[in-house]
Amino acid sequence: MTAGTLHPLALADLHRELGARFAPFAGWKMPVQYAGIIEEHKTVREQAGVFDVSHMGRFYVSGADAGASIRRAVTYKVDQLSVGEAHYALLCNEDGGVLDDLFVYRLGEDRFLVVNNAANVEVGRERIEAALGSQASLEDQQANTVMLALQGPAARPLLAGVLDSHDVLTLRARRCGEFNYEGVTLFAARTGYTGEDGFELVLPNEAGARLLQALVDAGVAPCGLGARDTLRLEAALPLYGNDLDTNTNPWEAGLGFAVTLDDGAEFPGRAALAASREAGLDRKLSCLQATGRGIMRAGCEILHGGQTRASMSSGGFSPMLGVSIGMAYLPIGLADAGTEVEVDVRGKPVPATVVPRPFYRRKKTS
Amino acid sequence: MNIPTELRYTKDHEWVRAEGDIGTVGVTDYAQDQLGDIVYLDLPAAGATLVQTGNMGEIESVKAVSDLYAPVSGEVLEINQATVDEPEAVNKEPYGKGWLIKMRLSDASELEGLLTNEAYDELITREMEESTD
Repeated sequence: MTAGTLHPLALADLHRELGARFAPFAGWKMPVQYAGIIEEHKTVREQAGVFDVSHMGRFYVSGADAGASIRRAVTYKVDQLSVGEAHYALLCNEDGGVLDDLFVYRLGEDRFLVVNNAANVEVGRERIEAALGSQASLEDQQANTVMLALQGPAARPLLAGVLDSHDVLTLRARRCGEFNYEGVTLFAARTGYTGEDGFELVLPNEAGARLLQALVDAGVAPCGLGARDTLRLEAALPLYGNDLDTNTNPWEAGLGFAVTLDDGAEFPGRAALAASREAGLDRKLSCLQATGRGIMRAGCEILHGGQTRASMSSGGFSPMLGVSIGMAYLPIGLADAGTEVEVDVRGKPVPATVVPRPFYRRKKTS
Repeated sequence: MNIPTELRYTKDHEWVRAEGDIGTVGVTDYAQDQLGDIVYLDLPAAGATLVQTGNMGEIESVKAVSDLYAPVSGEVLEINQATVDEPEAVNKEPYGKGWLIKMRLSDASELEGLLTNEAYDELITREMEESTD
């Protein structure tokens, strides 16, 4: 057992009281489930759930050069975000391979929050620190703060019920800001990783414990990494380490919206990304839905015409569709919806069809 | 954790209920609790011959897949198709409607080598202690 070396979450005791089961993830002892993965998943689709995602990196970058500094590290023109805007971006190596994916939030003219993957906190910090100009500094706030993701169609009214101010409810999709919660600063953004409406919230540890308890008391279901994975897979959102790594480029991952090549900025991988865009795609991250019984998992080989053509980058069970779903980098000739393939699930062939991305899309409300 | 006294258990968390030379087989309450939401079962067909501790198919939850092992030797008489169609029955009633297989025991003396409810209780208590920190 390596449990002794795992980082505990600041709110670990509260999670235990709420019935969490824990498992190691990226060096952290993380809640995997509470009531059960399928129940949590459906609650997020129909009501609201809250995830403690404090394992993710949180860097505040401040100063007159803050925007230009982050721009030198990442693929997207984050220096051109308006105050209160958020955008997804990537860190790439010189070959254009993906080192990390992250969210950049502009909190002020001279102040940004960068949120990245738990497994890549170090590489993210090193890359951004290396790009810092003389008028910028980086502050790691992971140890002092809790990050909660409140997700689901009822997230807005439930959040309104527990906050003393309703200002946060004015946020539109992919917008962020800082608000007051019981006298401390609450960072809130209308973002998430489930395919549902919702908020990501960052606040000091003690206030975070009170907010989590208040949300649960208001009827929000505590949810673990198990449901987070099934939810993001139904929404066809890539997971770093599965669907993204240094062997994938942003174009084939469908993440071209996170790359800016025409703003004159230099960043690692820029030349390689320009070349790979020019060369075009020979494979594409595609969605597969099983038409037979069996659960496709990451690593399963995909056969077409009797030949192995790809392997699953992510796979699992879709609680909303009741069948197995997954993603894979399919050769362009096979990537169109309707293509039928066979997936080798531990020696058994499971038929599957390429389907449009994503698997699940929430009903538009307002 | 529910561990009925009248059943016999394996260290791999299957149970068997013997009535004459007919055995009903399933997985334990502890097993379903550890696996989480069960979404897929792959069981041998009626007529198949099972060998004690040999392969008896697969059980798969949202999280992971696990092998099933035959608690005793014999011929498969029937598989529980209702549970194959709705595997959550294993989560809800692991000793009841979530049973997996009925078999004709080829050697009833094999039952004596299986764990009693007390011995199985000790086994899972130890496992649970090891899994907390």
